[in-house]
Amino acid sequence: MKSKTFDTKKFLMNNVLYVIMIVIIITIAFISKGRFLSMRVMRDILNQSSVRVLVALGCMFVILSGQADLSGGRMVGLAAVVSGTLAQQQTYAIKFWPGLPELPVIVPVLVSILLGVAVGLCNGWIVAKLRVPAFLATLGVQMILFGANSLYINKAPNNSQPLGGILQSFKNLGSGNVAGINYIIIIAVVSAVLVHILLTKITMGKQIYAVGGNPEAAKVSGINVFKITLITYAIAGAFYGLAGCLECARTGSATSNYGLSYELDAIASCIVGGCSAGGGVGGVPGVFLGVVIFNVINYGLTFIGLSSYWQYVVKGLIIIAAIAIDVRKYDRKS
Amino acid sequence: MTDISKSFPGVKALDKVSITVRSGTVHALMGENGAGKSTLMKCAFGLYHPDEGEIKIDGKSVTLENPRKAMDCGISMIHQELQPIRTQNVMENIWVGRYPYKKTGPIHWVDEKKMYDDTKALLDELHIHDIDPYTSMGELSVSHCQLLEIARSVSYGAKVIIMDEPTSSLTDAESELLFAIISKLTAAGTAIIYISHRIEEILRLADEVTILRDGELVGCWPASELDGNLIVNRMVGREMTTRFPPKNRKIGEEYLQIENFTSADPSSFKDVNFHVRRGEVLGVGGLVGAQRTELMETVFGLRPLASGTIKIGGKQVEIKNAYDAITNGIALLTEERRATGIFPLLDITENTVVAKEAKEPEYFHMKNGLLDSKKRNNETQDYVEKLSVKTPTLKTPIINLSGGNQQKVLLARWMLTSPDILILDEPTRGIDVGAKFEIYTLIEQLVEQGKCVIMISSEMPELLGMCDRIMVMCEGKLTGILDGETATEEQIMLLASSYNK
Repeated sequence: MKSKTFDTKKFLMNNVLYVIMIVIIITIAFISKGRFLSMRVMRDILNQSSVRVLVALGCMFVILSGQADLSGGRMVGLAAVVSGTLAQQQTYAIKFWPGLPELPVIVPVLVSILLGVAVGLCNGWIVAKLRVPAFLATLGVQMILFGANSLYINKAPNNSQPLGGILQSFKNLGSGNVAGINYIIIIAVVSAVLVHILLTKITMGKQIYAVGGNPEAAKVSGINVFKITLITYAIAGAFYGLAGCLECARTGSATSNYGLSYELDAIASCIVGGCSAGGGVGGVPGVFLGVVIFNVINYGLTFIGLSSYWQYVVKGLIIIAAIAIDVRKYDRKS
Repeated sequence: MTDISKSFPGVKALDKVSITVRSGTVHALMGENGAGKSTLMKCAFGLYHPDEGEIKIDGKSVTLENPRKAMDCGISMIHQELQPIRTQNVMENIWVGRYPYKKTGPIHWVDEKKMYDDTKALLDELHIHDIDPYTSMGELSVSHCQLLEIARSVSYGAKVIIMDEPTSSLTDAESELLFAIISKLTAAGTAIIYISHRIEEILRLADEVTILRDGELVGCWPASELDGNLIVNRMVGREMTTRFPPKNRKIGEEYLQIENFTSADPSSFKDVNFHVRRGEVLGVGGLVGAQRTELMETVFGLRPLASGTIKIGGKQVEIKNAYDAITNGIALLTEERRATGIFPLLDITENTVVAKEAKEPEYFHMKNGLLDSKKRNNETQDYVEKLSVKTPTLKTPIINLSGGNQQKVLLARWMLTSPDILILDEPTRGIDVGAKFEIYTLIEQLVEQGKCVIMISSEMPELLGMCDRIMVMCEGKLTGILDGETATEEQIMLLASSYNK
């Protein structure tokens, strides 16, 4: 065994991004003379993070299984638009489906989730059965989803306008709260806890790690790799669907541009949160923190008056650093 | 090459081996699997760097840092596994990295015309008339690719060409063409180092034969002084030094029966029949390319079967994937531990319980359906102690363990599924002597409990020391089944190289 300095290096290797980000947060807090650390700001950040947490949780399943999924953002967009069109007031002048009665809130939510599952199953099938590399398969699906969504929202009388007249009961999902804590924060936290249990306490969760860790060995060990791949994409889809629906509820509107590039932020959060890009390594606590920290940076840079475009520069640098460290961390010495 | 030594972690692959190759001759290099032939040749081609020793070309000492340097010195190697660029055509493959060009200022234009003409001339010189330089490499057969690889060596002006098992994938007619080219090359003064297991070929082609055994030089003789038996004797003639645990076996009834097994892959095994009895170790011997691994992976459902049946305990079963095999009580310890065995970054517990969990997910469940971490850890701990796996904790990623300890964890993985039939593919490859003995002891315990063990091995002493019967394969055919008590290394070697039966 090596001496103690080795452990320090390993610790830095594992946590250097957190260290850097904490430094950034402290800097922002300092520049804003402490105002950044107020409760209101924190709640705003958590609010914004909620939807992102859901997308990242979904994406994490796919990354853990050793695959990639670029369809997340556009799936969020599709689910936002579809759930919006199912949750409009009867009195709204250009109601998308004029004949449709007011549906209970649960209907658009369930439709969004099921739609996500269906798209996820397609993704999984294309990757596992047609053996299209995941990156390209889901890139194709991403384009199809955007196309389909744009065609759908263009239907008369809506003609591609942002959806309006969303039911208050549906909007409450996104903005309502219990004891000052928004529903969406509760949904995100509960989802994270459930996923954590699934991954650490359920056989299938362990099998996802096994498939991501070494698909060939998983096959030899009797795991149905095809089934696991389908399931991971389906779960991812369910989360994208839920996220899309909540995005519509939170903002009280939807357009086909919703969800743009959410998948990239989700992937970045997973990697920064300790998932290995090669699969088989990672977990909920890291990913959750990854999302929150990204949003802190987003919000923080705007808060101190920097152009929001700087976010992209900073995020890009962080992603590159994260992968560069990831590659070294899991370097298998031959 | 003089006094070449090369060590890998845990193994001394070459120990002061010397070989002298004269220009214009065919020098055969022979030895069992693992004797060090390929290692020696990789040193000669700059792929490995010898720990000790000297390489001289034309009397001048050289250091071969990399294959590029070796080629500059006139050494060229034709690998067993060819890797042509399939999407490009013949001439691009031959001249890759050194296309002829015309210059316009700083721009180098590829001179297609010259490349075509040079290729044509080169192929004509070697009497290869049926390949057009514009043919895409992907359309050509393996044998043609091999001939082109030789052409490429010639185009580099190679003075020494190393051929590693060049006829292993060729038909008889194609081999004849190769032999004709070899005699043309030697007549022109080129030296050929020829590695092959085929004794008849060696006796026919070679001028001199060097034999290696266990990384040491046995000797070098003119081919005219040798015959098949002499070569085999010198290849295997070693004392049995490995120790095996005492045997106390009670062999029972036939349990696993394999009938008329033919692979869906036409180049793999055909029409194989064998059985294994309870409490018996069946050894599987053969050389590289004998299709032993392919056969056993098919039994385990990992590869498609064209025809044939599997009976377990007298009942015919259908095995389409690993899950079917595991639920039928079969376990397979694969040959490639890294590629198909371990989950490198997962810990000891996860690596141990994975197959049991796939077989019976409920086994590790608590009443509420969640995983029982305690039970998973306890069962793993039991095996860690039983097999004396050396690991700091159960949470250690398996990649941090030594090869022998990784192998023990994989054995634990399979023993946990309580199999009746264990297929072990090269179970002691790349692990040290101590761990080997422990694995032998474990195998002994398993058969004493009445389990069937099938052991693929390329190590003769292991086959002779551990097995009740030894089936030998050669190029996808079962060439014989020997009694473990009376078999000799020579018998195995002869069956393993009986290509034409």
